[in-house]
Amino acid sequence: MSSLRSITLATLTKDIRLEWRSRDAINSMLFFSLLVVVIFSFSFDPNAEESRQIAGGLIWVAFLFAAVVALNQTWARELRNQVLDAYRVSPAPANALFVAKALGNFILVSLLEAVMAPLFMIFYNLRPLGPAWQLIPVAILGTWALVVNGTFFAAMSLRTRSREIMLPLLLFPISIPAVQSMVEATRIILAGDGSARFWIVLLLTYDVVFTTACLALFETILQAE
Amino acid sequence: MLHRVSCLTVSEVKIPHIVPVIAIAVSNVVKQFGRFAALRGVSAEFDAGKFHVILGDNGAGKTTLLRALAGLAQPTSGTISILGRSPREACREIGYMAHPSLLYDEMSGLENLRYCARLYDIAGDGRCEQVIRSVGLEPELARPVGQYSQGMRQRMSLARAIFHDPRILLLDEPFSNVDVHSAREIVGLLKEMRDAGKTIFVVTHQASLLENVADEFVRMQAGQIVERTSGLIPNQAEAQ
Amino acid sequence: MKRAFPILAALTALLLAYAFYEAMWVAPMERTMGDVQRIFYYHVPSAWTAFLLFTVNLVASVVYLIRRNAKADAVAVVCAEVGVVFCTVVLVTGPIWARPVWGIWWTWDVRLTTTLVLWLIYVSYLVLRRFSDSSQTPKLAAVLAIFGALDVPLVYFSIWFFRTQHPQPVIGGGGSIDPRMLHVLLINWLAFSCFAFLVCWARYRLEWLHREAEEEEALASLHGPSQ
Repeated sequence: MSSLRSITLATLTKDIRLEWRSRDAINSMLFFSLLVVVIFSFSFDPNAEESRQIAGGLIWVAFLFAAVVALNQTWARELRNQVLDAYRVSPAPANALFVAKALGNFILVSLLEAVMAPLFMIFYNLRPLGPAWQLIPVAILGTWALVVNGTFFAAMSLRTRSREIMLPLLLFPISIPAVQSMVEATRIILAGDGSARFWIVLLLTYDVVFTTACLALFETILQAE
Repeated sequence: MLHRVSCLTVSEVKIPHIVPVIAIAVSNVVKQFGRFAALRGVSAEFDAGKFHVILGDNGAGKTTLLRALAGLAQPTSGTISILGRSPREACREIGYMAHPSLLYDEMSGLENLRYCARLYDIAGDGRCEQVIRSVGLEPELARPVGQYSQGMRQRMSLARAIFHDPRILLLDEPFSNVDVHSAREIVGLLKEMRDAGKTIFVVTHQASLLENVADEFVRMQAGQIVERTSGLIPNQAEAQ
Repeated sequence: MKRAFPILAALTALLLAYAFYEAMWVAPMERTMGDVQRIFYYHVPSAWTAFLLFTVNLVASVVYLIRRNAKADAVAVVCAEVGVVFCTVVLVTGPIWARPVWGIWWTWDVRLTTTLVLWLIYVSYLVLRRFSDSSQTPKLAAVLAIFGALDVPLVYFSIWFFRTQHPQPVIGGGGSIDPRMLHVLLINWLAFSCFAFLVCWARYRLEWLHREAEEEEALASLHGPSQ
């Protein structure tokens, strides 16, 4: 077990180091996120009351698009010089690679969300009427739901043509219950309209089910050639 | 300048007087990609501690065979046995080097090897530095691998393949685009490793470099092994 | 085996004709909706058939992952394709039915929405199969089928709860059903299932022949082209 943890940590720090050294990728993603927020603001220009109803949907759709851009990027690095072969040929377990990539993506997407969320609050004059602290578990569970399956399907797409379009194509249908949960929970919290508990529990269930599925099946798709 | 590689692990292979040990056994391996079969029923046994060179035209299946031996490509049918185990089980004993460098361009050579050391559960920088020196490079070089010359990159790629002291080396085109001097040094290093008991497979179009070093030349054609000779016959030595 | 196919085809054709007759003339008229309701006899059996086919796809995918059996993979792709067709029928007949009766094209009806998501998942399954290299396709597709299966109950629950918060009309009618209507429904389901089986069989033979042809072409001449 300890080697699993150390390999995961080593891979994660390696990825962060590589990401830091080629900062243009992060910068362009941050800028893309900003653009998405601005364009949404132009498209939907509601007053404060309406905005609380739809902001849940808008914000998570924006996150979803930003996440897809990030997810495509992080596996692309492993294809240059066929570096992924070096990992596959080593005794390192496949799951360590998956967890490291998923955590790295989680950090990256959270960073993008941390930039986009305040902007949304500003452009839409959002002030949560319900318990605002609940937005934190929603954000964490929701982001993990997108990232865990996104990392998995991005790895799957490596073996296909039209890699960049395959990822959203596979991810979006499977993510529907998760996206609905995130959107509804956010809407409820912002509008103070009842309890978001069911949605948070559903998100948690989704996360547990699919994290287990990804861990169980990642080796199969990594070794597929 | 090359330094001697010191082998850390002692080979457990006992070499009896009469029968050489089989390092790799390939049995009727077929690898099919849709309508194209890269390997069409390859069967062979390869002795341990020998230097085997694999030759053949492009598309003969050499790279596919090497990848199957390394455990990167699963055969459509047939079996491969490496030291009595499947390629994945024997992965610690296999060192693989391909034409792409299998290195991260944005990290230095030592950083790349340090990461690999974690994957193989090998502690400490000492081994990494020693191996980098043995291929004729400086461990302290902070330059990222992406800025290396081709010769340096091949050496670093070789370092990555050998640093965990595998018993079997699978090298795909290690001399391509490398200057003659570096190529000769790499050959010398490989010869030392063979003499120390390692089994070496090299796929190359430059067989003449290995004329006096290799124990066997294996010719492949259209996905099968067609010929195995112990010396290089004139039409096998293709132009550098 | 080969003779059985035309016989079964003829029987299926008869069964379908009989089921059509039953649905259009024999089945009693629905009290509130009138004749439009008869589309129910196409909407519901298509849905059941689609779900059945997708279940077989799931089982075949799991079998493939465990045993790497090529026949299981062929069954999987066949069931996915035919299942998507039946699923499309459900999604088309649903709105056609809803519009004259309730005045709306779409509603977040639990079953209809779950069917939509299933359709999306299996269309992405078929796209994945088309876009990946044939040596890895079976494995990747089988994994996706499992993910899809895990997703469906979650979809069902999330829509169900959503509807308790935002009440919407129910397509397809809940509650009890007249026994004569049930009888017609089951006949139609039997007919559709036979038809699905027939199409799957034909498609399976086609798929298997295609794979055999590929294998033969790949291994072609054992002596290869001379140098």
